[in-house]
Amino acid sequence: MITKRIIPCLDVKNGRVVKGVNFEGLSDVSSPVELARYYSSAGADELVFYDITASAEGRALFTDILREVATQIFIPLTVGGGINTVADFDRVLKCGADKVSVNSGAIRNPELIYEAAKLYGDQCVVISADVKRVDGVFRVFAKGGRENTGMEAIEWIRRCVGNGAGEVVLNSIDTDGVKGGFDLEMLDAVCQVVNVPVIASGGAGCIDHFTTLFKSLPKVDAGLAASIFHFGEVKIEDLKRELHKNNIPVRLS
Amino acid sequence: MIAIIDYGVGNLFSLKSSLAAIGAEAVVTGDASAIRSADKIILPGVGAFGDAAAKLRETGLDRVVISEAEKGKPLMGICLGMQLLLEKSFEYGEHDGLGLIKGEIRPIADVIPKELKIPHIGWNALSFKGEKSKVFKYINEGDHVYFVHSFYGAECEDSVIATTEYGASLTAAVARDNVYGCQFHPEKSGDVGLRILKAFCEI
Repeated sequence: MITKRIIPCLDVKNGRVVKGVNFEGLSDVSSPVELARYYSSAGADELVFYDITASAEGRALFTDILREVATQIFIPLTVGGGINTVADFDRVLKCGADKVSVNSGAIRNPELIYEAAKLYGDQCVVISADVKRVDGVFRVFAKGGRENTGMEAIEWIRRCVGNGAGEVVLNSIDTDGVKGGFDLEMLDAVCQVVNVPVIASGGAGCIDHFTTLFKSLPKVDAGLAASIFHFGEVKIEDLKRELHKNNIPVRLS
Repeated sequence: MIAIIDYGVGNLFSLKSSLAAIGAEAVVTGDASAIRSADKIILPGVGAFGDAAAKLRETGLDRVVISEAEKGKPLMGICLGMQLLLEKSFEYGEHDGLGLIKGEIRPIADVIPKELKIPHIGWNALSFKGEKSKVFKYINEGDHVYFVHSFYGAECEDSVIATTEYGASLTAAVARDNVYGCQFHPEKSGDVGLRILKAFCEI
């Protein structure tokens, strides 16, 4: 039986992990390579790296780091941030990424998903959508959640999948950072219209939130989180054991 | 020395790195003489069967792989590389494979319930079939490996060494004599995957 995936997300700026990471036993808590190794041995099923650098120098550092991670860590790696063209796909895939996640790049150029999927296969293209309720309607936001595009989110995601996106990461801006649980209503709305894996993001604050997610929405394939893992509030080993106890299929290492 | 066959299909970075991680010497090559002088061959691949089979044929590497395998050299196909070992595929038309293993490639959609997603993406458990294969020497029944595929090996029961459950029992790995194939990605399957590669390197 296919297992539910647990995915830590690392924001990388100028080749270093940012957003404060707090672990015992790690000599360099902002080294992407050390963190990747830590998470991989803790049982993470996949890793997501977001490049939040704006400069060309930072971009080059990011690919150096990615290459180093991919040389040592043998689980699937997804890369996002600054992906605007097919050349950007090429750049990160050559450095060992398995999947590439697009967000603002796809909003600016809706052909990007189609072109990338045709070249690298659907399984390689992830649509990452930042979504927020505005007057009761799910709207797509761009630029890291700062700009309302005015587009209706569910239709947008459906269209991206139709163009070849093989996976959806749904970030709910409404629940992000609140630690009150995943946005089940929003996730359900997306699961109703797509038949590719859906990854829930935004809102996880404790182990129970993951249990509730997978119990109430069996069509959700994975849970993604950042700070609760980085700060050790939720340990991936404990989380997976608890999911297993609740009869949710997970990979135990 | 292991030759990872480069015929312009897919990303070989992780595969080469994973072999380096277990101390195996590997070279990514499309050169027939390098493949002939290697101790072992890995045939990787992602993408569509028809394109990949055509590229193997255009480069003449299909004949090199077949003749080396027939001489008894250990060969492992990974993902689409596994599918290419079989006789033919029905992915967008009908295409001939290398025919080193009896069987054909058919859409998963034919055998799994409609509500399941395609591709089959993620970590799934292995069930061994028959006598435990040499490539599984360092792993256990039920260990999880990473899959990404929409087509599967059918009519190859005699060669199946492992299956995985996804609404139906799907071929996860095949073997016949010195020829092995994994539908999953050992180079993306953490320690379990590295242990499979290590066992292959020791054959």
